[in-house]
Amino acid sequence: MVEIVPTPEMQASQDLRQEQEAEQITRIVAGEKNLFHDLIRPYERRIYVTAFSMVRNAGEAEEIVQETMLKAYRSLHSFRGESKFSSWLTAIALNEARACLRKAGKSTMVFLDEEGDDGEGACQPFQLRDWREIPLEMLERNNLAGLLQDAIQALPEKYRTVFVLRDVEEMSIEETAHLLGLEPGNVKIRLHRARMMLQKTLAPLVQQASPSQRGMWAFLRRRP
Amino acid sequence: MRIDCKEAWDALSAYLDGEIDPVLRAEIERHVQFCEVCSAVLDSTRNILYLTADDRVFELPGGFRERLHAHIDEMLQQDSP
Repeated sequence: MVEIVPTPEMQASQDLRQEQEAEQITRIVAGEKNLFHDLIRPYERRIYVTAFSMVRNAGEAEEIVQETMLKAYRSLHSFRGESKFSSWLTAIALNEARACLRKAGKSTMVFLDEEGDDGEGACQPFQLRDWREIPLEMLERNNLAGLLQDAIQALPEKYRTVFVLRDVEEMSIEETAHLLGLEPGNVKIRLHRARMMLQKTLAPLVQQASPSQRGMWAFLRRRP
Repeated sequence: MRIDCKEAWDALSAYLDGEIDPVLRAEIERHVQFCEVCSAVLDSTRNILYLTADDRVFELPGGFRERLHAHIDEMLQQDSP
């Protein structure tokens, strides 16, 4: 989510979508069950990515998505629209992912090398001098996508979760804070650290992976 | 007001999100014009975020949507919301 400030048109579109979803939910609860397919379709990808980012396993992530949708359907009558439907789904998915990690005996909360949000340091970037563009060729061969996935999944959970919600799911700072029970200021700190950790991990890897192709890195910089 | 590299890095995330004081924004932009390290750090971080938003980075497994909706169909047969 880079330099995207919602325009009045974007806000109006979001409001309309929320109204449409509220109507769909009312109809589903009233018995038009098949509308549930349409309700969740816009979110299935992002819920999968969130789950995958948490558990680092495609099969488990898929199971989490299925379980998330099942629980959402069964609880749909209790959805009051106090948060966005997408945020509500994501909250269910995060709980499912954490349960999956606990079941597998993987720690979900404590990382010995983590600092508190108020700590100093840990966020110095990799200091390079000539990065300008990311190589399209590498992305197309999945090399860079794999590097990025690995780097995101190597983040400590408290940073990874914030990064995924904010930069993958494109939630606002306020939505992310509400979902995780954090203050917006803490979300900003964690997001900044996550981004710096990714830069520190990825910048040298990409340079090593393709030192002679920087002239071809003409992809992402051109994006609006 | 003049900032150094450390101050520029600390404000980088807020800068990229457009959530920054206009004076500090102008100062960062002035700084990266003359500091090639900070310019590259800014570009690399920005590009990583663009890349993160690219659908090709997190591709869905083959048949994911079909399996999900078949699963939902089964659920709809058995349960009520």
